[in-house]
Amino acid sequence: MSLRIENLVVHYGQRTVLSGLDLAVADAEILAVTGPSGCGKSTLLRALAGLLPASSGRVVSGGTPVTGTSAERALVFQDDGLLPWRSVRRNVELPLAIRRVPRARRRAEAESWLTQVGLSGYEDHLPRELSGGMRQRVQLARTLAGSPRVILADEPFGALDAQTRTAMQRLLVEVWRKRPTTVVFVTHDVDEALFLADRVAVLTRDGRLAKVVESSRPRTAGPAVAAERAEVLDGLVAA
Amino acid sequence: MTQTLEHEPTAVEAPPAPPRRRFGRLAVRAGSILAALVVWELLTAFDVDLWLHFDRLPTPVEVARDLGYQLGTAVYYQDLLDSLRRIVTGFALAAVLGIALGTAIARSRGTSDVVQPLLEVVRPIPAIAVVPIAILLFPTNEQGIVFITFLAAFFPVVVSTRHAVRALPVVWEDAIRTMGGSRRRVLWNVVLPGALPGVFGGLSVGMGVSWICVISAEMISGEFGVGYRTWQAYTVVDYPGVIVGMLTIGLLGWVTSAAVELLGRRATRWLPRGENS
Repeated sequence: MSLRIENLVVHYGQRTVLSGLDLAVADAEILAVTGPSGCGKSTLLRALAGLLPASSGRVVSGGTPVTGTSAERALVFQDDGLLPWRSVRRNVELPLAIRRVPRARRRAEAESWLTQVGLSGYEDHLPRELSGGMRQRVQLARTLAGSPRVILADEPFGALDAQTRTAMQRLLVEVWRKRPTTVVFVTHDVDEALFLADRVAVLTRDGRLAKVVESSRPRTAGPAVAAERAEVLDGLVAA
Repeated sequence: MTQTLEHEPTAVEAPPAPPRRRFGRLAVRAGSILAALVVWELLTAFDVDLWLHFDRLPTPVEVARDLGYQLGTAVYYQDLLDSLRRIVTGFALAAVLGIALGTAIARSRGTSDVVQPLLEVVRPIPAIAVVPIAILLFPTNEQGIVFITFLAAFFPVVVSTRHAVRALPVVWEDAIRTMGGSRRRVLWNVVLPGALPGVFGGLSVGMGVSWICVISAEMISGEFGVGYRTWQAYTVVDYPGVIVGMLTIGLLGWVTSAAVELLGRRATRWLPRGENS
């Protein structure tokens, strides 16, 4: 599903976080959003999810303006997005329950998603018994179980060590290839952005779009193209 | 609640002491209680009158004899059940309504504006001071006593629930809402389970205050129960009976508090500290 951000202005209390943002995301595109700290990246995601109302302008999702949250646009968090009192399985079953999948089928479906993220055998663990990387895998499984048409991820791998992070990036690509979904993800990591995304949007400190850099060979192994890397970094420094 | 904690020394006091030292510590603990009993026996048996009038108090042996006698009477158990029934009814009402109201205040500004001022006015009044009103207001004394018990536990539960719900991280709610979950879903799947650890704090306090109030209300309104029986024993100069009543109240308080504590631990096993406590 495509997303269109039209002249979006979002206030957070007295502060203007996003001031007139225009951006379009194509269906099944992966867009990375980066920018200096406090530039409103997370605010943008929350506005896309429908959690924050626009002060002016609007977000259009698949042709209809966003006025609230919906199962079509799932949000993935950096850490602690899982409900700590529910087992891994029961966390993944939650979006299925919300979608009114019959109870008998939930268990099998949840287990199938957990197998896809390489966590079969951990169904009965509590989130706190897992490592950070495993918890993010559960979050990914939970998000996919809800079969959203847009995935909004707020630094999903930001809290992970380099090795786990690489494994998670590959997992995301693998899952995305099986079922291409529109993905918007926020990251501070330029290489991650250029590896995963078709395009990288750089925001300025005052919540405007600085530039959009196209990745010439997204989701292929090997280092990012130096020129593109330099361009994103230039944008970040100028912002 | 402190009592129940002390019953699990191994969880806190790692590393485990060698068997001989552990036995030694047990002996010290038992000895401390025994010594207190001996001092009590000596003070009362010799009718010591050093500003404090120990000569009027019964000896532990007299108390034990009276306890043995009372354990064989039906009225002892009747009183015990009366008090227990009142506490359970009042406390259960307070738990359900307190959690509901505390959540409503925390989640809805409208409810908060309507209810909060009333609560703030009534809350400083100790429940026991409401006894005269309760007796006037309710058709039967029994209902009045249950009401006092309810009121005592109600405020701690409301306040702790309100705080616990307000302190919940937003991510959990955001996660459910972006899965397409309704407000009801958020309430049942995030707010209530997430607030439980804090709520149980209020329930524990509430149980303690409830006992104070049920016993006092029984002493005042005279509708049987352990509190009534204890005061009755005092008025008929049956001092061993007073102490037996006190011990019974202590035991009931301990058992009910332990029950709340146990329930709380079961419900919040997911907390990081839940592993070995």
